[in-house]
Amino acid sequence: MAESTVHDIPSVYEPSLFGTYSKKIGMWLFLLSDSLTFGALLYAYSYGRISTANWPTPFHSESIVNATIMTAFLLTSSLTMVLAVRASVQHDAKAQTLWLLATMLCGIGFIVLHGREWSNLIAEGLTLPMFPKVPGHEAASEFANVSQTVPQFAATFFGLTGMHMLHVTLGVIYLGVIALRRKFIPILLVLWLVAWLATPAYSPFHYGAHVLLIAAIVCGIILWLKPKVYDSSDVEVAGLYWHFVDLVWMFIFPLVYLMSAKIL
Amino acid sequence: MEPDQIAIAERVAEEHRHHKKAQFFWVWGALLVMTAIEVYLTYQNMEPIKMLTILMGLSLIKAALIIGFFMHLRYEVSRMKWLTMCSVVACLILMTIFFFPDAKRIIELGVK
Repeated sequence: MAESTVHDIPSVYEPSLFGTYSKKIGMWLFLLSDSLTFGALLYAYSYGRISTANWPTPFHSESIVNATIMTAFLLTSSLTMVLAVRASVQHDAKAQTLWLLATMLCGIGFIVLHGREWSNLIAEGLTLPMFPKVPGHEAASEFANVSQTVPQFAATFFGLTGMHMLHVTLGVIYLGVIALRRKFIPILLVLWLVAWLATPAYSPFHYGAHVLLIAAIVCGIILWLKPKVYDSSDVEVAGLYWHFVDLVWMFIFPLVYLMSAKIL
Repeated sequence: MEPDQIAIAERVAEEHRHHKKAQFFWVWGALLVMTAIEVYLTYQNMEPIKMLTILMGLSLIKAALIIGFFMHLRYEVSRMKWLTMCSVVACLILMTIFFFPDAKRIIELGVK
């Protein structure tokens, strides 16, 4: 009785200042704060570049092509994401799931290409002191000189692109939970095992794969505590996060890769 | 969600229903074309400052397209648009004011 009385009075709650629902405002506020995190990292990279006279331009055309394909993957994933939001608004559950899975596939494609590029760069000598040494690659290290003379380059490059890669990974997991709910947890555990066992012990991804295990535990707890069918507002809010990840890459790609391309 | 929140969500959903699918494909195509232009310019041996200006200009246009069309900020109320965009732009301008003159000063003084 009391509950129906409250629901019958629309003026009990003040109308939203921003004309939209609170979940979406919350995500926008998070994205604003996250944009400052990436802003700080991009500024740190740019600061290092401006203040270092012999800043390296090490990216061969192979790296540029790889990064361009990664960009195309992210842009396409944004298209599939917006189509997933559209399908969810039209209550087309099947299309929504398919578009979400397509978005996740593009995201995974991006992560795999980025991981491959990182591995190549590390094997060629561009590394951080915290990364384990790659056996047998010390002599043929094209980037070893860069790591020693301009350590800011490797630090800012791995810091910035690593942070972005982490965001993409978390985005794929977020979309997986929205699309498949509990069914996604075993898939996530399989992905963790594959990523952990398929990468060599000296690769940073061997340890980085544990992010998937932690995510599986956290998502399992969340889905166990609050099981629900995600509606169109949840898909839209997840979409905001995904587009933001794409948006950040639109600045990383030209600043980090194109401005550091090796022109022969 | 509370009833008021549901009503707002339904209104927003109704607005989204009117978005044409073709519009999203056009935006996607424009983003890909701009990316291709960026890559082409990379190999044109341009002066770094000029190149940086063009690349950042294109990135800003791409960002505006993503925020406006894919993130639907274009369809939000103007209060939401202005508050979100002005706050983040103000923070980034502050970072620029504090960081870049210092970075340039280091070059002028010479890195010891």
